[in-house]
Amino acid sequence: MASSTIASPSASFIPTKELGRSAFSPASSPFSVPKCRKSISKKIVSVMAPQQSERKPAATGSVKTAMTMTEKILARASEKTHLSPGENVWVDVDILMTHDVCGPGSIGIFKKEFGQNAKVWDREKIVIIPDHYIFTNDERANRNVDILRDFCAEQNIKYFYDIQDRGNFKANPDYKGVCHIALAQEGHCRPGEVLLGTDSHTCTAGAFGQFATGIGNTDAGFVMGAGKLLLKVPPTLRFVMDGEMPDYILAKDLILQIIGEISVAGATYKSMEFVGSTVESLNMEERMTLCNMVVEAGGKNGVVPADSTTFKYLEDKTSLPYEPVYSDQQARFLSEYRFDISKLEPIVAKPHSPDNRALARECKDVKIDRVYIGSCTGGKTEDFMAAAKLFVASGYKKVKVPTFLVPATQKVWMDVYSLPVPGSGGKTCSQIFEEVGCDTPASPSCGACLGGPKDTYARMNEPKLRPLLQVCVSTTNRNFPGRMGHKEGEIYLASPYTAAASALTGYVTDPRDFLQ
Amino acid sequence: MAVSYSSSLSSFAAAAFSETKASIAPASSQAVRFASISSARPFIAPLTSNSTVLRNRRASFVTPRAAAESHSSPTSFHGLCYVVGDNIDTDQIIPAEYLTLVPSNPAEYEKLGSYALIGLPASYEKRFIEPNETKTKYSIVIGGENFGCGSSREHAPVALGAAGVAAVVAQSYARIFFRNSVATGEVYPLESEVRVCEECRTGDVITIELGESRLINHTTGKEYKLQPIGDAGPVIEAGGIFAYARKTGMIPQSA
Repeated sequence: MASSTIASPSASFIPTKELGRSAFSPASSPFSVPKCRKSISKKIVSVMAPQQSERKPAATGSVKTAMTMTEKILARASEKTHLSPGENVWVDVDILMTHDVCGPGSIGIFKKEFGQNAKVWDREKIVIIPDHYIFTNDERANRNVDILRDFCAEQNIKYFYDIQDRGNFKANPDYKGVCHIALAQEGHCRPGEVLLGTDSHTCTAGAFGQFATGIGNTDAGFVMGAGKLLLKVPPTLRFVMDGEMPDYILAKDLILQIIGEISVAGATYKSMEFVGSTVESLNMEERMTLCNMVVEAGGKNGVVPADSTTFKYLEDKTSLPYEPVYSDQQARFLSEYRFDISKLEPIVAKPHSPDNRALARECKDVKIDRVYIGSCTGGKTEDFMAAAKLFVASGYKKVKVPTFLVPATQKVWMDVYSLPVPGSGGKTCSQIFEEVGCDTPASPSCGACLGGPKDTYARMNEPKLRPLLQVCVSTTNRNFPGRMGHKEGEIYLASPYTAAASALTGYVTDPRDFLQ
Repeated sequence: MAVSYSSSLSSFAAAAFSETKASIAPASSQAVRFASISSARPFIAPLTSNSTVLRNRRASFVTPRAAAESHSSPTSFHGLCYVVGDNIDTDQIIPAEYLTLVPSNPAEYEKLGSYALIGLPASYEKRFIEPNETKTKYSIVIGGENFGCGSSREHAPVALGAAGVAAVVAQSYARIFFRNSVATGEVYPLESEVRVCEECRTGDVITIELGESRLINHTTGKEYKLQPIGDAGPVIEAGGIFAYARKTGMIPQSA
């Protein structure tokens, strides 16, 4: 294992003969996880410097207490002065989130274990957000929202984003939509804190420089009563992204590139820290996209250091005090990956795995039958803005396939209908979408990202004509068999630019075809 | 059934969990008081080879050996295995459309079990549960890498347990699935050292000797070493994290 320290910007580490797009090798990663966690990747691609193994810091006293961001957050939350990866600690929870799918189960466990009349540990630290199966006639799904409502009334839960009138989402002033976006928009994500949620994409909140991860019903039931959870401190993988982001690349391309590089288990039990000038140039929603798919690499949590972009976003959203933390200069990372983003090309993840990476342009012969733009990953305001910008740049060509749009939250829906799109002469996203023939933006929720009840809008159901397969380009986060409904449906994960471009051609399409 | 613990475990329980100081003070009088746990002690005591553990759970294929002495009397599982591949994600284990079923509701718990692994593609010709059945005849699932990846849904290990699975043997696990398996006590998430999924076929007769960390395939006559279940063992044995916490005196017996 090399013990070289990483000094200045690693221009010297990029093999010069590999520079240039043609050297990029997007062959799908092997699924097998390297047995030795510190093995060095043999694959060298033009956008990435050779993986660095663990750095050996100098053995001074201050170094012994050096910690990564994740270690610091967990140390503070467990009232320890120092933590190392592998330690099991009791951590105070700042926010517990649950939704309509896992909430009832968690509540059931809470009541069974703590008592039918037990009270939650803190009525202001639990945020309950119905979002998964909302606009459906499924009786059990509707009953589950009722269960949440009864519990919130009984416990006087402060933050319950309720919906009662399913026929008109706007008639529900409290209803938000997709939980991870709602948490951010309502100011529940704060630097330095610990946020747990009964959803794998809880890691999205790491974009705010906090520790955020998904837990199951039993753990959540425990937190409801105790306000604490036993967690093992993860080691950190560091991803350094530098270089100016090309204007056809979005955060979704960045994370698909990373997952393709390290595989769906490459970050299992680990923290993923995203730093570098490219990351600093991202707005909050793009940072959320980056952290959102950490779980697709098996990661425990993702973090982006808080900075002025973060503070500005939070200004009008929360008045609670917070204290950001940052990795020490000499903190130890398990591995470090360096990327020159200026060389990155638009990426897709082919069926049926998020690490089945390919260049969008290599898939240009793949005929598709639909496009889906939505979810916590790709249904935020910035995601719709990006899609709209591409449609404008194309000269308002008409889409060739059904293009489903599902804004993540009420606020996103409002933005889609009110914010002007740059370069369009003052048009809103909704006007542009209508002009090019997209479906009308739907009621905000998780929608078809995970299939759901059979009457879910845009769900991939049994194809009516055989042997026609269903092929979708989607801005969502997973494409395992059956993810969006029918088991044989094929899902290409992509950025909003790539999704919009594909809608215009009816094939998987590199957005540069329209943006350059 | 009598359960006796190794000396290290019982002294750990006594010393660490005396209820002299509550580390949290919830508002309600109904709240559970937790003894404070010092940083140096792990939540779960190390499972020593001398501990005596008897299972008293529901799976029909579990055959606990008679506990003749105070030394080890390991649990064993015996039954048919069902073999799957790598990266079996939670959508294949329990598709999202069934997540409206609430696991803490007993009737819906059983229903969840009937849908276990229904999301596997058609290339799996032998189905995990026969149509018109609600339980599986395969008490052991054998997988490859990254079993249980995808969602944090606890419905995944619950569905397997409710269907009648006693143990999963995989090369590696996704972390939330592993954690949920232990917390619920629904299935033992065992790890193999080699690709057992390539050496076994669905329907092979298997014995797992938990205490010896050994898997025997009676149909092929081959044996494989497993990673010891370690700290997770007693938690699953007790029936999950709450039951374990009560058993070891971490929280009072429930009312």
